[in-house]
Amino acid sequence: MDVVFGFVGYDFAVLVADRAATQQIIVQKSDEDKIAVVDGTKIMATSGPRGDCVAFAEYVAANVRLYRLKYQHELDVKATAHYARNELATALRKGPYQVNALLAGVDANGPELYFMDYLATCHRVNTGGHGYGGMFCLSLFDKHWVPNMSRAQAMELVDLCVAEVCERLVTAPTEYLVKIVDKKGVEVIEYDATERLAKRREVQMQAREAARQAAARVGA
Amino acid sequence: MARRYDSRTTTFSPEGRLFQVEYALESVNHAGTCVGLRTNTGVLLASEKKTMSKLLEQSSTPEKLWKIDKHIVIAVAGLNADAMILVNFARLVAGQYKARYGLPIPVENLVQELGDHMQGYTQFGGLRPYGVAFLFAGWQGGFQLYQSEPSGNFSAWKAAAIGASHQAARSILKTEYSEGLDISEAKGIVSKVLQKTMDCMSLTEDKVEMVYLSYNELNGEVELERILL
Repeated sequence: MDVVFGFVGYDFAVLVADRAATQQIIVQKSDEDKIAVVDGTKIMATSGPRGDCVAFAEYVAANVRLYRLKYQHELDVKATAHYARNELATALRKGPYQVNALLAGVDANGPELYFMDYLATCHRVNTGGHGYGGMFCLSLFDKHWVPNMSRAQAMELVDLCVAEVCERLVTAPTEYLVKIVDKKGVEVIEYDATERLAKRREVQMQAREAARQAAARVGA
Repeated sequence: MARRYDSRTTTFSPEGRLFQVEYALESVNHAGTCVGLRTNTGVLLASEKKTMSKLLEQSSTPEKLWKIDKHIVIAVAGLNADAMILVNFARLVAGQYKARYGLPIPVENLVQELGDHMQGYTQFGGLRPYGVAFLFAGWQGGFQLYQSEPSGNFSAWKAAAIGASHQAARSILKTEYSEGLDISEAKGIVSKVLQKTMDCMSLTEDKVEMVYLSYNELNGEVELERILL
């Protein structure tokens, strides 16, 4: 029941994942990092049993690193996605890795996001999500995602998505990790939904109150 | 005395040399000359064909220029039979890269893989090294020209020559080469080099193979064009 989603912005890509490691109805841990750093400009959020996710993310990251050491240049995001998909496809017939992933990165072609599932689907997308939480976000992306979003707009959209998940999902986690990747590297934002959404609600209330007073003044 | 260190490829001579590797280089130096030149719009590869007899059936396939992938061609100097094994290997490596990463192989990756493979025969178990040197022409965001040797060494060049009298060829290239050549100037230089290095009176069509690798901006594809003298 992981909540994992992400999208691309102007010169960056954002991935968001909750921090709960769960086993059936038990929350075993609430400070888990589900967004692996593949290399300086690529990150991968994974959803599924934690063991498979960690194993897969480490395997991909290690091979990307090996490639860089061997050939003295970095893999494109596209090549990394193709490689990761290939590994999922190979594993599918003998295992498989029960991992759904979102791979985001920035290279000479700009920011890119790839959607992958354990059946080895791979699509380049502008927005994407996994699990029930991800599904709630999809309609918000349809309505609110626009090309070339700024960082402020991106965080606004993350707020909207998390608010929706918290409102509609039975087992909504409250702790999230937001990672923003651009050509300079990865920025990590710890995101406490309760705190952040309360602040947001307060701002909205104040705005509504101000609007009401303004309307009353016009009426008088 | 030399024989004591000759017969094993993996044994150093007292002067610290590997004779078999040097002999392999020697076999390359007896082969027809190959010249490569980078221009501002592509890479020109040319090689001398040693026509043996007019009774020989003219084959439609080239002798010394091989296409490895859509964006890489190589010119061969040395033992043709050895070269074909390496060409096969190079095509395999290029194909595997494409299958793994979904992108055409960067030229340097291919050269490095081939170099690693060739180096193995200068170190392990009683086999002789490949008697082949290559010129690689390729496109990957820009044009590239690489040269490789039987030892597994490789290097990148703006203009390069391998094979018989490659030193003479290289010195001509050194004086003639300038940045930002166009195709006709490049063709002129290459013809001049071949004319000077081949031991025949006139340069004729059946003695030379030439290919020009360029990039088509419109459809984003690498184009290979057979160039006539």
